[in-house]
Amino acid sequence: MKYKSQQVAYWFFALSMLLIILQITYGFIMAFAHYGMDGLHAWVPFNAARATHNNLLVVWLLSGFMGAAYYIIPEEAQRELVSVKLAYIQLITLAIVGVVAIIGFHFNWWEGRKFLEIPRPLDYLVVVNVLTFLGIILATLYKGKQQTTTAMVLTMGLVFAALLYLPGMIWFDNQAMDAFFRWWVVHLWVEGVWELIMGGILAFLLIKLTGVDREVIEKWLYVIVGLTFLSGILGTGHHYYYIGTPEYWLLIGGIFSAMEPLAFLGMALFAIHMYRKGGKSHPNKIALSWTLGTAIVAFAGAGLLGLAHTLPQVNMYTHGTLVTAMHGHLAFWGAYGMLIFAIISYTMPLMTGRKLFELPSNIYAFWLSLIGMLGMTTAFAAAGVAQVYLERKVGLDFMVAQKEIEIHFLILILCASLFTTGILIFVYNFIKYGRPNEEAMQPEEEFEAVQPAA
Amino acid sequence: MLSKKQAKVFFLGGTLLFSLIFLGLSYESITASIPKKTNADQISDAVIRGKHIWDSNNCMGCHTLLGEGAYYAPELTKVYERKGETYIKTVLMSEKPWAPRGRQMVAYGLSEEDANDVVEFFKWVNEMDLNGFPPKPSEALQP
Repeated sequence: MKYKSQQVAYWFFALSMLLIILQITYGFIMAFAHYGMDGLHAWVPFNAARATHNNLLVVWLLSGFMGAAYYIIPEEAQRELVSVKLAYIQLITLAIVGVVAIIGFHFNWWEGRKFLEIPRPLDYLVVVNVLTFLGIILATLYKGKQQTTTAMVLTMGLVFAALLYLPGMIWFDNQAMDAFFRWWVVHLWVEGVWELIMGGILAFLLIKLTGVDREVIEKWLYVIVGLTFLSGILGTGHHYYYIGTPEYWLLIGGIFSAMEPLAFLGMALFAIHMYRKGGKSHPNKIALSWTLGTAIVAFAGAGLLGLAHTLPQVNMYTHGTLVTAMHGHLAFWGAYGMLIFAIISYTMPLMTGRKLFELPSNIYAFWLSLIGMLGMTTAFAAAGVAQVYLERKVGLDFMVAQKEIEIHFLILILCASLFTTGILIFVYNFIKYGRPNEEAMQPEEEFEAVQPAA
Repeated sequence: MLSKKQAKVFFLGGTLLFSLIFLGLSYESITASIPKKTNADQISDAVIRGKHIWDSNNCMGCHTLLGEGAYYAPELTKVYERKGETYIKTVLMSEKPWAPRGRQMVAYGLSEEDANDVVEFFKWVNEMDLNGFPPKPSEALQP
């Protein structure tokens, strides 16, 4: 850590850790309800649990991205953040808006539009919050000594993410129009601009962890984010197959979304290649595992499992079934969850000065969460495919089919327990690191610090 | 070999080009095709009120509509055709949780007026042209 203001990142990461645990709790409530045990229905009906689970995901990922930006931007721009105080205010208000929204969900206060459930008054607060965040980042970058490609790609992702939140706030009387613009937010976030954020963070981590020349890494960063937009923008069409939209989206969505895995494949090959190319070895092996892990699992979850049901002929049957949940879980965990765990693993020793990356329990956190999530994905796949055949192909009534697939949710719960164990170990280590402190500050390039001259 | 500058041009140029195509197609969709395929001229005040009730109770948190939502409760795009007005109103107006085969729905206890609005909303959704969704069951698999 070279700049004192980078410490702000710690508190954003801490908020992320708190929220992921809450998110998982609500996941269990839903899994048990699917298994037939809905004892909490009177207090937490399924729709409240679902809105809470999804929105907590969005908030903990955003908090993680913001923390990552507050750490990365000073280092790239070579100066302190313009205002630490504003950054803390922004953190606290983000937490308050999140908590109020979640409590509101339990009292039937929401907008009820998938992923964008938070009520309108809170939407405005989110906008103010994000503008504050962007103001701090942009001002720091503008006043900085240099504007690197990594910093620019990361910032561009954050700015576009903020802009794309706005179409989701327009009210339409027509359900199809409502859905049309809802995907401008949701799809163009996760399969568009969030990938810029991912690319930026990944490039930063690879530069730091492998020691490969920045120019080489940043060149490939452009190629990858180029591929992302080349496929991802028109790939939005895969949400426009069956919602009252014209037929040309079947062709366009089919072709371009089938190309979406290319960007993720590019990202995975890029990470592996840079790792092999880097001659030096960084002592923080676990950060490297999460970094390579996020690139590879994103390709599997977001790329391949997305491809599995993105063609219109397949999607006709899988649209609106548990097959979507199968893809969603591994995609979000691989592309964004593991990415935030990577940046946390990398920055914690630098912010606190404690080298807990050598703890063997880090390895358990990595593998238990990954294997747990793969198991959950498999359980969702089994349930989803069976649902598709029973309900859509055979034509059984919805609940008759649901009864037949109930058992898969027991497997889901077991695998989710493995996943949760991994997460809890990670969070325990996070707490063990303690707070950031000024003794951890060091003026020289970190690679020089950890790589004593032979 | 590709230079960094060429890579940057690929990124910015490609993004601009595909954004423009996307915006063009979106413009066609929202001004011409969607209103036509969804019978936008038939969106009455009752349909709009019904949509408000649908949204403000987060019905999508359990059900799907147009295949979008959660996967805990039935797909409702064709519910008007499948179950009919009386059944839908009974469920919406029920004071006790509706629980077919044990899975509970929140008891909304809607007024008859509100329930009528939701029915009007479903009736309008039922008539949309959805490019063949929801699919018909396969004939080969019928007993």
